[in-house]
Amino acid sequence: MGALWHYFLSNRQQVQGWAITTIWLAAVPLAAGLALALPAGWAASRFRWSYPPLVSLAGALYTIPSLVLFLLLPGILGTGILDTLNVAVALTVYTFALLVRAVADGLSAVNADTLSAASAMGYTGRQLLIGVQLPLAVPVIGSGLRVAAVANLSLVSVASIIGTSQLGQLFITGSSLGILTPIVLGLICFVILALCFDLVIRLAMRVLAPWRRAVPG
Amino acid sequence: MIRFDSVTKRYAGGTVAVRDFSLEAPSGQITVLVGPSGCGKTTTLRMINRMIDPTSGRILLNDRDVATLRPFELRRGIGYVIQQGGLFPHKTVIGNIETVPLLLGQDRRRAQARALELLDRVGLPAEVAGRYPAQLSGGQQQRVGVARALAGDPPVMLMDEPFSAVDPVVRAQLQEVLVRLQGDLGKTIVFVTHDIDEAIKLGDQIAVMRPGGTLAQFARPPELLSRPADAFVAGFVGRDRGYRALGFAAAGALPLAPERTVRLGGPLKAARDRGADGWALVVDDREHPLGWLATGEVPDAALGGDVETGLLSLGGTLATEAGTLREALDAALSSPSGRGVIVHPDGRFAGTVTASQVLTAIESRAARLRQQAVHDAGKQPAGPGRSGRSADDDVAATGIGRT
Repeated sequence: MGALWHYFLSNRQQVQGWAITTIWLAAVPLAAGLALALPAGWAASRFRWSYPPLVSLAGALYTIPSLVLFLLLPGILGTGILDTLNVAVALTVYTFALLVRAVADGLSAVNADTLSAASAMGYTGRQLLIGVQLPLAVPVIGSGLRVAAVANLSLVSVASIIGTSQLGQLFITGSSLGILTPIVLGLICFVILALCFDLVIRLAMRVLAPWRRAVPG
Repeated sequence: MIRFDSVTKRYAGGTVAVRDFSLEAPSGQITVLVGPSGCGKTTTLRMINRMIDPTSGRILLNDRDVATLRPFELRRGIGYVIQQGGLFPHKTVIGNIETVPLLLGQDRRRAQARALELLDRVGLPAEVAGRYPAQLSGGQQQRVGVARALAGDPPVMLMDEPFSAVDPVVRAQLQEVLVRLQGDLGKTIVFVTHDIDEAIKLGDQIAVMRPGGTLAQFARPPELLSRPADAFVAGFVGRDRGYRALGFAAAGALPLAPERTVRLGGPLKAARDRGADGWALVVDDREHPLGWLATGEVPDAALGGDVETGLLSLGGTLATEAGTLREALDAALSSPSGRGVIVHPDGRFAGTVTASQVLTAIESRAARLRQQAVHDAGKQPAGPGRSGRSADDDVAATGIGRT
């Protein structure tokens, strides 16, 4: 324990910098992936025929090994092999893949009676989506987002193999020097970050879906 | 006024939900569509606000063909209540009620004030305003559903089995709320139910639909009970028709007998001396009947005491002078003394009547109706629901004795 603390203090500047990069690398793709998944998920729920292909496509994207994607993207995007953009784009793809289904299912899960009451009151299609379906889908989308956030963080650590400098470097350092301390420190940092991401998403859901606490079960 | 003009709805698979349906729902009245499941009553209702479009025929709302109106504009002028309210789970009670005013572009403060006023009108306390639907009982949710439908002050309301998911006691309360609101507001209401009792209780006129989506009979409640058009309607309207029809027959002038009443709090000894046949009627200071006192059962030892509420037999129902024969008969049959208590409209004691006296009144009314039927037999009925009505059948139309 003492060694761990000592290691952290002596590498504090570097670890802090890595932590900030890690947060960015996980958070930005999360937002971008959600932004892409909303229209795609909406399409999958609105046009029933498009649900199977869209969800299958999302599933297929998710099965691409991350390392392969990290190495393929520079060729596709024309970026340098060490560019963090590669990691950001790859994680956006995974987030998108995870969330398309959550968005589609969340929007479709809204009670049929509620929807028909809303359209009987004179909601237009867009008002129905923004005013009823989307707010009611928040809990389902939020759950998907929590899974995606944790998955993103662990994938960020994999990206250190291709040389981006973030908290994953602690694992590389530890294994190359054959000491356990940086590895344990990295582990602790990732767990703390994962908990923080989860907390932020849960707080956001609480704000966006205050009614949720009133619904039993 | 809502007019159906030979409306047919045929689904893609060839199923016909509604077939050649014509009907006129008058303004300011409750028209009930009733029938077994699969008779197309909900489809019929949903064609009014274009949730469903008919295959052929027209639906006119105040002489305008609804097919020519834009659905969402049409719907904002039509209140809509469904089973379990169809409330938005993510909006508070107040948020639910102010939905339509906000859609209509009213400012939030006005919409909120209106919502609070409606909450009161449907009998909900202001405390529930900030709660979510899941925190309310079924009956409360349904009240919110009614308030929400009224919020845009639409001239027309569509109600699709709104009270069928709550228990009978709550259902009766909700029906009272609707009758009271309708008395104040006079909306044009089309109400769908599968419950013939609810139809009779609420409807100014009732359309009975049969499976296959055709109209079996369109009539006012008393006529539906006394003259079902065919075996299907007779079977659907059910048993006790004759007795239930008395609920629409004005009691008229019953021979009221005076009663030597006893004041609550007065001496028991005097009460025993006043009672006839062993029963004395106890009233309060305002002459409102409270219950019967079995004078024979008062022990001698207690005779020094006063008449107290605990000694009263409360079994009897009360009937009002302006009420129906059904109420009067029920008052007589339920009275422990055998003497039915009739009160003035303000609740003061008017007199008593026996079951045999009420039956005499029922007999003479029936005889009168039979004579009239013979007289009418030569003529054609004037139109749906308007044949064979006599003055004393008109209780329903004036709103007395509906409950």
